[in-house]
Amino acid sequence: MKLEDLAGRCGEWLRGSGPESDIVISSRIRLARNLADFPFVRQCDDKDRTAIQQALCDAVEDGKELTDVSYIDVDGLPIVDRQFLVERQLISRELADADGPRGVAINDGEKFSLMINEEDHLRIQVMNSGLDLDSAWEQINRIDDLIEARVTYAFHDSLGYLTACPTNVGTGMRVSVMLHLPALVITRQIEKVFRSLQKISLAVRGLYGEGSQAMGDFYQISNQITLGRSEDELIGQVAEVVPAMIDYERKAREFLVKESQKDLHDRVSRAYGTLCSAQTISSEETMMLLSSVRMGVNLGLIKDIEIPTINQLFIHTQPAHLQKLRGSELDTADRNIERALYLQQHLRRETDGEAEKN
Amino acid sequence: MALRCQQCEKPATFHITELTGDKPQELHLCEDCAKIYLTKDDESMDPSPPTLAGVLAQQLKIGQTAKDLQRLDQQACPVCGITFYEFRQQGRLGCPHDYICFANELEPLIVNIHGERKHVGKRPKRVHDSTDERTELIRLRRDMQEAVEEEDYERASELRDKIQKFEQQQSDS
Repeated sequence: MKLEDLAGRCGEWLRGSGPESDIVISSRIRLARNLADFPFVRQCDDKDRTAIQQALCDAVEDGKELTDVSYIDVDGLPIVDRQFLVERQLISRELADADGPRGVAINDGEKFSLMINEEDHLRIQVMNSGLDLDSAWEQINRIDDLIEARVTYAFHDSLGYLTACPTNVGTGMRVSVMLHLPALVITRQIEKVFRSLQKISLAVRGLYGEGSQAMGDFYQISNQITLGRSEDELIGQVAEVVPAMIDYERKAREFLVKESQKDLHDRVSRAYGTLCSAQTISSEETMMLLSSVRMGVNLGLIKDIEIPTINQLFIHTQPAHLQKLRGSELDTADRNIERALYLQQHLRRETDGEAEKN
Repeated sequence: MALRCQQCEKPATFHITELTGDKPQELHLCEDCAKIYLTKDDESMDPSPPTLAGVLAQQLKIGQTAKDLQRLDQQACPVCGITFYEFRQQGRLGCPHDYICFANELEPLIVNIHGERKHVGKRPKRVHDSTDERTELIRLRRDMQEAVEEEDYERASELRDKIQKFEQQQSDS
């Protein structure tokens, strides 16, 4: 698989389909696993890491059902390519920035990936568009079974799967749902909602996980606890609050439409106008404006763009994607110009296309 | 006409929907009043869930003299060699055996993080050896490496044979 082939596509998590996809962007589950007969990654030398990589790659290759998978050696990858995989959520920033033998097996449809030698020996993740945790669990459980049949996991009778950090011990599972919540941000409700989620031990993170800013009004809600509850219970706990979050966001949108239609329409139209005509624009500003436009399209305030186009722009305007699409490395100033150009082309082309059809 | 702030008659620039009650309640406030309104319940809020570093710091503050702490910190895992001090510093354990050799120290920490002490979820289907036996391999490999570094090749080759025998047994079982 060539990374260039991926660049033109949108990836699974921003496909923009699936149940409740105007607000729920994607559903994701990850499992942390370690081999029983090696130290945890941080304590490994390069020889250990190479052996772990080999054992897990063999297990993945052996797993007959895991045929549509390509292995990428992250250690040998240029920085821009690592960043590219982070932007697509196929690897974590931690894996990108680490040293030593490490890599990722990626499903060709980008529905799952297996990170090797991140914080734990193995991190399996499955990603689905929209709200779809049950099938994500079904799939990740099957992948886990396939690997488990070929290696021995570190497992403790009463503590469950053993992980490098005690915060992941037990199921080793993190269930997260990514939501687009622009109206809750505009109405200043977001902090409050998050505090109530924290009270029931759910964590809220930005677009790219731990410590990342809430770019483009995207938020991930996930379980904090991994021990003492079954996988089904953990999934249920996250799944249970999602309808309430969707409901809050819809109410906030309704409120904005009813109470400040003019302000809202102005905000959305200005965002659209800037994206269509800016000559140089940063990634942060692009995300912020795309967020307004995305909500505007969902509310019918902008009629001539489709949601998949916007979703694609969210990913294609990020630094590494822009450079991959352009086929050369660009510094920040050049990227900002290239980004503005890319936005103009794609937003105008879409509008022209509509005009021709009409 | 623009809405006025419900509190002070300045133009309302913040339109807040209160969704936490039974039904949504709408508030129209100016920037100053909005700031006061939005921060007022911050103080009454519970602190965020415990972080690993916070829990560790707290755990070690309670009921431990400097001497106890020092002794605890110097404890090392016989398998991977990591000390409890190193774990405290990095927040990451060194190998699966740490969960056994630091069991007493880790238990309150785990209960504090998860509110539970027993795993109830998925179990590997494959029956495997006890963790002790598996970690024996980690120890043997470490010893062999040490022997190589010390150029004690006789010992290294003995250990290599042991490791091979061990691995053989495991793949047979």
